[in-house]
Amino acid sequence: MTLAGHFSYFATIFLMVAGLYIVIARGNLIKKLVGLAVFQTSVYLLYIAPGKLIGGTAPIIAEGFQVYSNPLPHVLILTAIVVGVATLALGLALAVRIQEAYESIEEDEILARDEADGDAGAR
Amino acid sequence: MESTIINVLLILMAAAVTVLARTRNLFAVVVLFSIYSFLMATAMVALDAVDVAMTEASVGAGISTVLLLAALSLCRSQEAGGGQPTWLPLALACTCGLLLVYGTLGLPAFSDPDAPVHTHVARRYIELGQAETGVPNTVTAVLASYRGFDTLGEVLVIFTAGVGIVALLRRRRAGGGGR
Amino acid sequence: MKSYLILRVVAKLLIPFVLMFALYVQFHGDYGPGGGFQAGVILAAGIIFYALIYGLADARRIAPDWVVELLLAAGVLLYAGVGVAGILLGGNFLDYFVLAADPVRGQLRGILLVEAGVGMTVCGVMLKIFYMFAGRGEAQR
Repeated sequence: MTLAGHFSYFATIFLMVAGLYIVIARGNLIKKLVGLAVFQTSVYLLYIAPGKLIGGTAPIIAEGFQVYSNPLPHVLILTAIVVGVATLALGLALAVRIQEAYESIEEDEILARDEADGDAGAR
Repeated sequence: MESTIINVLLILMAAAVTVLARTRNLFAVVVLFSIYSFLMATAMVALDAVDVAMTEASVGAGISTVLLLAALSLCRSQEAGGGQPTWLPLALACTCGLLLVYGTLGLPAFSDPDAPVHTHVARRYIELGQAETGVPNTVTAVLASYRGFDTLGEVLVIFTAGVGIVALLRRRRAGGGGR
Repeated sequence: MKSYLILRVVAKLLIPFVLMFALYVQFHGDYGPGGGFQAGVILAAGIIFYALIYGLADARRIAPDWVVELLLAAGVLLYAGVGVAGILLGGNFLDYFVLAADPVRGQLRGILLVEAGVGMTVCGVMLKIFYMFAGRGEAQR
């Protein structure tokens, strides 16, 4: 267990923690979605970095190469990237609808307006 | 040399995300996210994941940025709000990070040929992929043939996302914007 | 943005190459990096580029809504159809070796059709999402 051997893991964890912090600490909906996207892309790194072999090449069979990097994580992450953009698009569509309904995409203002409407409805 | 390039790219990505977390202007946030996606795509090329790099560059730095900018222009919000105490989320995130670091101490080192991920079914795909499917690109062979069922599920997911967005953002004919 | 000469000229020069590159990536996914996902996204990006420079109405003229929706659904149907064809020809769901006399040629045929289906759906969905977002903005003004 050396720093050089595990540096990619530490970088991945830093990106993951940064994405998580942006999601839970910021109140703007679009910034939260960007934080979620950062979190997702750090997970791609978590899968692909262990598949790399120094001195190997991309997993496309060709003359003259013997060592290939592992193709299995690439397949999983290809699917994950496209699913990630699909969820980002859905989240953004929800944010647009919230903006039209509440005139704001800041979490505090939305909650305050909900509570004000709730009090007005109860009376 | 390869490890140095990968490590430098990882440090640049970490710097981009740190600046992104502290920026208030949403347009700058979207541009920084696009920069981060490009750096991720470059790191993927350095890690020999060329298919993933092409997808990340086109999807992450292309389509995601366009969609974020479109949503930003619709929401008309320029600055993210601030003022809440952020030491509790920071402490929570750091605790999660320390637990994850403890978890990764037992994982195999970078570029270890004896790691379990290299010794089971991946070896079979590399050795027999071209003979069985006729396709030199092992990633395409695994994606479309060996694990074709998963790819069908993924196509269905992206189809459902498209249908969901049509349902959310559709304009009704009579009565203006749907509520 | 149509009034900016440089943007218009550069768009006219680049967009044919972008579309051609998308087709190249789709069909050369077997021999190099590429495949259905990347090709669908690059094709959608080319048309989105056109829509950004020349306006949404012009883009809707070259890629009308019904064509995009047809592309969306046809891709999924093609993929599932290849699977069902595997059952009808004697194998299991999504078996490719029954699609031709020689099993390896059957694999190649199956992979080609399946990647085409994936490319069509991904392109259709990305374009539809862009049309939805941009169309919402136009209706608000």
